[in-house]
Amino acid sequence: MTNQEFKLGSKTSGKGFSFLDFISRFREVGIIAFILILVIAVTLREPSFLDIDNLTDILMNISILIIVAMAQTMVILTKGIDLSVSSIIGLVAMMVGFTLKANPEFPVIFSVVLGLVLGAILGSFNGFIITIGNVPPIIATLGTLSIYRGLVFFYSQGTWINSYELPHSIKVLSKGKLLGVPNLIVVAILIAVLTFLFLRYTRLGRNIYAVGSNPTASEYAGIRPQKIIFIVYVLSGIISGLAAVLWISRFESAQTNTALGFELNTVTAAVIGGVSTSGGVGSIPGVLLGALLLGVIQNSLTLIRISPFWQLAAQGLLIIVAVVTDKLISKRIVRTHK
Amino acid sequence: MGEFILELKDISKSFSGVEVLHNVDFSLKYGEIHALLGENGAGKSTLVKLITGFHQPNHGEIFLDGEPTTFSDTRDSREVGIAAIYQELSLFPDLDVAENIFIGRQPLTKAGMVDWRKLYSESQELLDSLGVKIDLKQKARNLSIAEQQMVEIARAFSIHARVLIMDEPTSSLTLNEVADLFRLVRNIRNNGTSVIFISHRLEELFEIADRVTVLRDGYYVDTKPITETSREDLIHMMVGRPISDQYPKLEVPKSDVVLSVEGLTCEGSFKEISFELRQGEILGFAGLVGAGRTDVANAIFGIKPISSGSIKLAGTPVAISSPKQAMNLGLAYLPEDRLQHGLVSDMNITTNITLPRMNDFSKFGWVLTTKERKAAYDISCQMELKANSIYQLTRELSGGNQQKVVLGKWLSTNPRILILDEPTRGIDVGTKASVHQLMSELAAEGMAIILISSELPEVLGMSDRIIVMREGYMTGEFSRDEATQEKILTAATEDVRARMGQ
Repeated sequence: MTNQEFKLGSKTSGKGFSFLDFISRFREVGIIAFILILVIAVTLREPSFLDIDNLTDILMNISILIIVAMAQTMVILTKGIDLSVSSIIGLVAMMVGFTLKANPEFPVIFSVVLGLVLGAILGSFNGFIITIGNVPPIIATLGTLSIYRGLVFFYSQGTWINSYELPHSIKVLSKGKLLGVPNLIVVAILIAVLTFLFLRYTRLGRNIYAVGSNPTASEYAGIRPQKIIFIVYVLSGIISGLAAVLWISRFESAQTNTALGFELNTVTAAVIGGVSTSGGVGSIPGVLLGALLLGVIQNSLTLIRISPFWQLAAQGLLIIVAVVTDKLISKRIVRTHK
Repeated sequence: MGEFILELKDISKSFSGVEVLHNVDFSLKYGEIHALLGENGAGKSTLVKLITGFHQPNHGEIFLDGEPTTFSDTRDSREVGIAAIYQELSLFPDLDVAENIFIGRQPLTKAGMVDWRKLYSESQELLDSLGVKIDLKQKARNLSIAEQQMVEIARAFSIHARVLIMDEPTSSLTLNEVADLFRLVRNIRNNGTSVIFISHRLEELFEIADRVTVLRDGYYVDTKPITETSREDLIHMMVGRPISDQYPKLEVPKSDVVLSVEGLTCEGSFKEISFELRQGEILGFAGLVGAGRTDVANAIFGIKPISSGSIKLAGTPVAISSPKQAMNLGLAYLPEDRLQHGLVSDMNITTNITLPRMNDFSKFGWVLTTKERKAAYDISCQMELKANSIYQLTRELSGGNQQKVVLGKWLSTNPRILILDEPTRGIDVGTKASVHQLMSELAAEGMAIILISSELPEVLGMSDRIIVMREGYMTGEFSRDEATQEKILTAATEDVRARMGQ
């Protein structure tokens, strides 16, 4: 082949993204557009939406969602799903809660470490069932979703931890402020940034994408898919463990129904954010926007006083509208530029 | 009625302002097999998509039976009897052959239930009339690719397709299967169906086609009766220049044995495989698809466990149990199925290329992006990759360029032993030539290469020695000088033929 036919190099300076990269970002643009439309519509009806207090409120409400959605994203990137995150949060919250009740003098860092360790244990149990037991992730984590929730009842004997039983130090963890921003939001942003860097610039992060996109080719390239899959479930457990501690701190209680149903919110945030359930495709900025959209929807429905009876249905409807609009936009763009 | 069932005149097609077909003419006679030829990216697929109504031309006219017509979607074209069989077959894997043939139009009983008896008897009649021998109750997923194609053809024929488009039907078939397929294609042609046949294997066009149309870079080059053209002629038309030395094999002085395999056995796949591979040597593996060649390669690369036998690398016995270990020992394996086993298609060119050697491109687990980018760029240049940027998703590349990415990925590991499994399947003549050139250069630099190929001219042209396998056994070994097409074919098929003769 002659050299004239060699066409590479026009945009290889490295900083450049090709046009197709740009298009693939349109998903994010679509969500931003939808969020803006929603914000404008709600603000017209209820100007207090833009109050700094309300905006902080939204961010506080989605902080834990963002954190766990990071875990869920990594799992879904490997073609998996972790439905047990909510039960891990419930169980870890309960265990940390009881520990704190008995030992209120323990420093906060102890609760955090305990949460991470317990999360890691529960996550690795998922990992073992999926990799060694060769059970499909949806089945395995559906099982542990019930098992861990069952353990919550077993462990607590149906009782719960109330605010007065918790030491002050744990409550400050989420409510203290760093440069005027509540700690909880800072932690959420920190976790999101770390996950972003992890997925993008570490070897393990890249292997997660590779295994999710094509496990066989990854294996041929010397990666052990089972190992990577095990790791993401452990990570998911660890992050859920952290979320559990934050949960106690924010809601000042640990109940038997803590985080019940929360797993679906995390999946929703990831999927709205463009993470493909068939694995290998998805980005952290997208997931952040997905979580933000969920938060804005929930907040605005309350603000414009939609009856709570309707809220869930309206929320579901808006999510579907958001995703469909976004699909139509990106389809159209791809078609005109192909 | 005129001479032509389908005619495209002065057709142009643009995508977002870029014209990919320029004033192309194409005409299909009643009852002919018409080959459509061109390199990857020449516009064959676009032309086919215009005929099936998937795209609409920006300029020009389509005539059916001499009448001007438009296909606004694929349903339009199907209604007038145009059927297409793509490389990715579209059977329902969990339904059986008869159900697949009658999918969407199952005969019904008076009560409105599926009339199973009729479905099977009509399917049987259909297959008998076409001379196809396949068990009707077999699930489609258990059929070989050749059988699946035959079922698709039978289905197309049974819905009275007048024009059948076949996109590279032979690219993964064995010689015997190709012969069966051709018999079937001729059969339906003789029944009046016109066939548009796309293939990269020039040799077979002379066997099957009546006429051939060549496209190059979106331009119409020429249409000729196949009898009035030659292989060289066609290549010249496709590439726009003669490809002089088709198999650029260099003479390399033989030196040390780098790999020796003895008595390698894997129950159910292959038995007692023994050979030696020397530095600078290209060792060809010939045989039919399913003869166990890929299994041997997989065993050497640590993907498939062996039951007995030994592998020695430069005289040292090794037990390779994982691809990772194989790579560390200096082996590289370009798998047969580049989409399934070679490419991570959701990732870009750079990340694909560096995937197997992230060790070199990361420190404390973090990727060294600058170093990585430079390496990927160099390899892309070496491979003469055609792409927008080294960050383009590999999913968007043509087959030939995807193959170059996979090849580049393995070459970047600097292997001492390179196993190439069907390295040129389904890629165009130009890319093929550059892959052959590269192989030759690598061998001259001292790399030891195992070449598995179902294309006899390629094995004959590129190998220093050729091993023939049949049903898991080694049935022949020939030096470059003694090997001929006949000898290899005999070794590869003898028994099979004998059995079929019974």
